[in-house]
Amino acid sequence: MSAVTESTPTSTQGTGPKPAKRKGLNHGQGRLGLLLVAPTLAFLAVIIIYPLLKAVQLSFQKDSGLDPATGLFVEGGNAGFSNYTHWLLQQCGDTACPPGTLGAQFYDAFWVTIFFTVVSVVIEVILGMWFAMIMNRTFKGRGLVRAAILVPWAIPTAVTAKLWYFIFAYDGIANRLIGIVGIDPQLWTSDPWAAKFAIVIADVWKTTPFMALLILAGLQLIPGDVYEAAQIDGASKWQTFRQITLPLVKTPLMVAVLFRTLDVLRIYDLPAILTGGAGGTTSLSMLVIKQIRNGFHSASALSTIVFLLIAVVAFLFIRFGGADVVQRPPSSKKPKKRRRDKDENTDKAVSNAVTGQYFGAN
Amino acid sequence: MPLITMRRTAAISGVLAVALTVAACGSDSSGGDDAAQQGADSRGPITYVQGKDNSNLLGPMAERWNAAHPDEKVTIKEQSDQADQQHDDLVQHFQAKDAGYDVVSVDVVWTAEFAAKGWLTPLKDKFALPTDGFLEPTVKAATYNNTLYAAPTSSDGAMLYYRSDLVKTPPKTIDEMWSMCDIAKKNGMDCFAGQFAKYEGGTCNATEWMNAYGAKVVDAQGKPTVDSPEAAAGLKALADHYKSGDIPKQAITYQEEQSRASFQDGKLLFLRNWPYVYNLASTDASSKVKGKFAVAPLPGVSGPGTSTLGGHMAAISAYSDHKATALDFLKFLTSPEEQKTNMEKGSLAPVIESIYTDADLVKKYPYLPTLQESIGNAVSRPVTPFYPAVTQAIQDNFFSAIQGQKTPEQAVKDMQAAMQAAGG
Repeated sequence: MSAVTESTPTSTQGTGPKPAKRKGLNHGQGRLGLLLVAPTLAFLAVIIIYPLLKAVQLSFQKDSGLDPATGLFVEGGNAGFSNYTHWLLQQCGDTACPPGTLGAQFYDAFWVTIFFTVVSVVIEVILGMWFAMIMNRTFKGRGLVRAAILVPWAIPTAVTAKLWYFIFAYDGIANRLIGIVGIDPQLWTSDPWAAKFAIVIADVWKTTPFMALLILAGLQLIPGDVYEAAQIDGASKWQTFRQITLPLVKTPLMVAVLFRTLDVLRIYDLPAILTGGAGGTTSLSMLVIKQIRNGFHSASALSTIVFLLIAVVAFLFIRFGGADVVQRPPSSKKPKKRRRDKDENTDKAVSNAVTGQYFGAN
Repeated sequence: MPLITMRRTAAISGVLAVALTVAACGSDSSGGDDAAQQGADSRGPITYVQGKDNSNLLGPMAERWNAAHPDEKVTIKEQSDQADQQHDDLVQHFQAKDAGYDVVSVDVVWTAEFAAKGWLTPLKDKFALPTDGFLEPTVKAATYNNTLYAAPTSSDGAMLYYRSDLVKTPPKTIDEMWSMCDIAKKNGMDCFAGQFAKYEGGTCNATEWMNAYGAKVVDAQGKPTVDSPEAAAGLKALADHYKSGDIPKQAITYQEEQSRASFQDGKLLFLRNWPYVYNLASTDASSKVKGKFAVAPLPGVSGPGTSTLGGHMAAISAYSDHKATALDFLKFLTSPEEQKTNMEKGSLAPVIESIYTDADLVKKYPYLPTLQESIGNAVSRPVTPFYPAVTQAIQDNFFSAIQGQKTPEQAVKDMQAAMQAAGG
């Protein structure tokens, strides 16, 4: 968001006459910049900051309880951290949450969400890379292949889920197909393991094109001459891939992985429609939605927990995973300057500043 | 730079969606009796809110009412066809104390929750509604804390569909039914199925089986009493016969439609389902069982079993400005004429007993006497303001028990504990 990056140089300027290396904005320009982004910031405050803070505030209130005398609900009052301990320490009142309560499902939901994330992202990276390499070649009908690969991504998730629901029905195509090779029909939407893989399969089918597209964008930025040089040096295909393609495509790849990871951590519609949470496929987001009907203060606490989880994962990715989301594409900077090292350092500084600011705000 | 936008969006939007919903629910929920008692004499135009009308009943109904009440016209607001969405829509309008929702259609299982929140006008004193001639279970389901809160408008009860070409006399008891499973085996069919997936239908089926064996899920005060040998016996019967194959493996993925499809394809000997199946199985072009099936009351341990009660009621919002008109409207909705029309045009089971013996109707709908017996014996799902948590407790533990992941005894014990945790 331009608002954030622009505000970084502005704020360094405000602190004093430190030499602003980057673009030499003078004082008036900085103020104008701030003025120009102010509407955006105000808008973000209303649609993001306020609901976020309100949700956190709600999470510290008790859900309304029943007054046994009148049979009517009364407000619950201040809850302290009890809504959080309810989920994290599995406390339902004074006892541990019995099976069949939503509270008892928290860690199951947590781990299954992590499972979905790890398994589907790994598969998507491998398939996506493969698709992208195919699409990156020059061959007849390339446009058609590119368009065809994108089709699953263009279908709304709810429709995808319903589609796979029919495929995975007991009398559906999936069981017919595995029947041909002599495997017994599976309960794809209820069996604990089959249901998990049904969701992974549907998710991979739907989002690999997205991964492939982002990787393809990265591949196209690699200049052809490095490949020619490798060819002349007699590098094998595997060596070329390991030593040239992979390092050069790493940044866009990590960004794609970050996006997908955050996406799957929030997964809701696919399991909700495909399995309805049967077979232990209730994701964290599904648990939040179910809890809203039982009491939204507790649901607020849970959604805050999910938010923090996602924020931590995003932070780790950006800090240590090399998902340098604010780095400008290499093509735009290379021709301009040859002072590579310096440029990269600056970029890193900006990225850190932004990261710090963004997560500091939360 | 747009990359950052996307990252922010990615990181936040899911949580944000929740946060927005949650924030939108932020108003306090105490309506109280004050609002409920006001406006007992006020008349004027009203709005009737109901889920999607698939049979075109609402329009003509409103015309009939409006013709008779030109100064107190009713406006219809149709909601979506999803029960969850209807529920949430009502909750949001109640929380906003919206006077625009005068009369609302409420699913049987929501009545207690809405009543306990103080959103419904109690139908007593000035608002008393006569319920003579109504099927008793429907009135019971509309009652919370010994007060009637809604007028039952349509009912529903499950029946046993059986293949009359293969089974001459339908089974009266559960054991009789299992003994007939040989017939299914001989014909290469599955024997019995209901709706055993993990959803609201699973709760309906599970409570039916527990009730059939003499269990009570909650007592008269709404306290959970499900941890009993009877309830365990009900679940055990299901789990045992699921294991033995009398109930097909895929039945735990069945909702209403999948089980109907199996029966219509001639793959199932006995099906537990709602009355809507009758017309479809007799008229659907793809139905392979036309004229080869009939209905019977659900079997019990030593006689007819007990169905779970379904259906809808109409209630007056505590925030309505024209409650006198609203009350007249409830009486209109529950009048024999309207009930009969709904049965004829929309196959909605009436709440008035006498309609079930109407000679013309019985001729047209041969299942009516069976349905009357089913609803007459029906047991409502637990009437509790914590219904969402209670149904969750039943579904989860029933689903584990039928698959043999936990013993029936453990399952009812956990059910009880989970219900208690919810009500605490």
